[in-house]
Amino acid sequence: MKAKRSIKLTPQTGVMLMLFIVMAVITLTPFISIFLASLRPGKEIMRQGLGLNLDTSVMSFKNYIYLFSGETAYFTWYKNSIIITAVQTVLTLFVSAFVGYGFAMYDFKLKNLLFMCVLFIMMIPMEIIMLPLFQLIIKLKLIDTIWGVILPFVAGPLPIFFFRQYLSGIPKDFLDAGRVDGCTEYGIFFRIVFPLMKPAFAAMGIFVGMNSWNNFLWPMIVLNSKDKLTLPIGLNALITPYGNNYDVLIAGAVFSVVPVIILFLLFQKYFIAGMAAGGVKG
Amino acid sequence: MKLKNWIKSIPYSQKIAPYVFISPFIIVFLMFFVYPVISTVIMSFQKVVPGQTTFVGFDNFKNLLNSDFSKAVKNNLIYTVTTIAVLIPVPLILSVFLNSKKMIGKNSFRAILFLPALVSIVVAGFTFRLIFGELPTALLNSILSNFGVKPIKWLGGPAQWTTFFALLTLCCWRWMGVNIIYYLSGLQSIPTDLYEAAHIDGAGSMQKLRYITIPLLRPVTIYILTISIYGGMAMFLESFMLFNGNRSPGGAGLTIVGYLYRLGWEQANIGYGSAIGLTLLVITLGVNVIMLKYAGLFKKGE
Repeated sequence: MKAKRSIKLTPQTGVMLMLFIVMAVITLTPFISIFLASLRPGKEIMRQGLGLNLDTSVMSFKNYIYLFSGETAYFTWYKNSIIITAVQTVLTLFVSAFVGYGFAMYDFKLKNLLFMCVLFIMMIPMEIIMLPLFQLIIKLKLIDTIWGVILPFVAGPLPIFFFRQYLSGIPKDFLDAGRVDGCTEYGIFFRIVFPLMKPAFAAMGIFVGMNSWNNFLWPMIVLNSKDKLTLPIGLNALITPYGNNYDVLIAGAVFSVVPVIILFLLFQKYFIAGMAAGGVKG
Repeated sequence: MKLKNWIKSIPYSQKIAPYVFISPFIIVFLMFFVYPVISTVIMSFQKVVPGQTTFVGFDNFKNLLNSDFSKAVKNNLIYTVTTIAVLIPVPLILSVFLNSKKMIGKNSFRAILFLPALVSIVVAGFTFRLIFGELPTALLNSILSNFGVKPIKWLGGPAQWTTFFALLTLCCWRWMGVNIIYYLSGLQSIPTDLYEAAHIDGAGSMQKLRYITIPLLRPVTIYILTISIYGGMAMFLESFMLFNGNRSPGGAGLTIVGYLYRLGWEQANIGYGSAIGLTLLVITLGVNVIMLKYAGLFKKGE
């Protein structure tokens, strides 16, 4: 595979290439225009809208300097987002792997019915139950805490489904070998199977982490103290009709996307495996 | 002594273990799904005022027959149908192209088309709000002005289609790359000898697409259909961000969840909000069951 294939530029290749170049330009335009906007004074964006104006005389890194000066709440939101994303990802992966293992490795009563429940939740938009869920979170005194954001979704149907599929490929001989060696059922999971799941954790970790980083509606409902807001909620609060916050808003928006894009470029393989997880055997 | 031995044997029991492994799911499912669904059903028949709830029968559902709710349902339906009409055939064709031996730069294009999926709806929504701004200098209008088109008030303008166009563009921008990845992973599981056999039989590339690729990608298509129905009927944040809140001129961007949000949160009418939620649940389930049933029937027919 290492030897470079000689590529013949047939007319078909040319046509397809043109098509994808056009698609790529359209896809990248919003990124480019928001980045250019982050280099211009916020007031001007308000006055002119987003454009591809390349007038360098008004461009500077002032917005970023202001952002990094620490005079805004931006880095509190950033810190909160990192904490929620980290805790949610680790917990969701662990719980879902645990449950997925149960579904993959054992036969028990009601197994099929329970697994139908997993698939069923996948088809139900969370927004339908957000009113009673909100009341429940208040009753449980989890309102305005990260646990209120995380716990209702800690046994994620898609990760459970993914882990079950992944673990079904592991030979059951491994389990029996562990039993012969005197492992408990849980010892088998933690000592033998857990280390085998690294690629699955990488794929799902990125999937769960990305969703958590970008999660907006439910955290907005649960969190309301100013010092607990996450990035999407904080940025949303900056969007006012007067546009007086656009300096921080646009530079902050760009800086919230950059780390995700860098991670994506570094770990593309896992991102794509995580995203494709649902599609393979839907 | 017997009891002690029995307790010691518990961690080794293969009968108990599965229930322990499944238990977190059962707890979360009962507590954060079944219970809320049941209380939605109960509250949808009640008028809930803090400290006092009264049973009102089907009043909440009768109220749903108003024009705002039907407008919201109509908006979601049009949105769902149009997004499906674009986001299934186009990614299918594009992924076939990307999978083709004659294509170059596959990985780069796949990565670029996937990038929008990394952006939160907050950032994506307000970027598109600025792109679809009504000013002549806003991006889309300034591009169109080169072709002699006068500035258009895209969002909530007099013509309904402009709002839909903006919503549809935002949706396609975000999900095109994701659906391409679904189809690519499906394409890679199709054995290549099928194509070779077809080639020997003298099939052209259109015939291969029609008789091999599309039928074998059906599981992926069904999956995308399911999540598109789910996403389309529950679409809310796209509109919320494009209009900078839950209000849009003439209800151009009103959605079912937006209506639920308005009544349940902004007006604290929880009973009525629950009735909306329950109706959405029935619609989503109904559409999905019908769709899966048809997909299943086709499978048997082959």
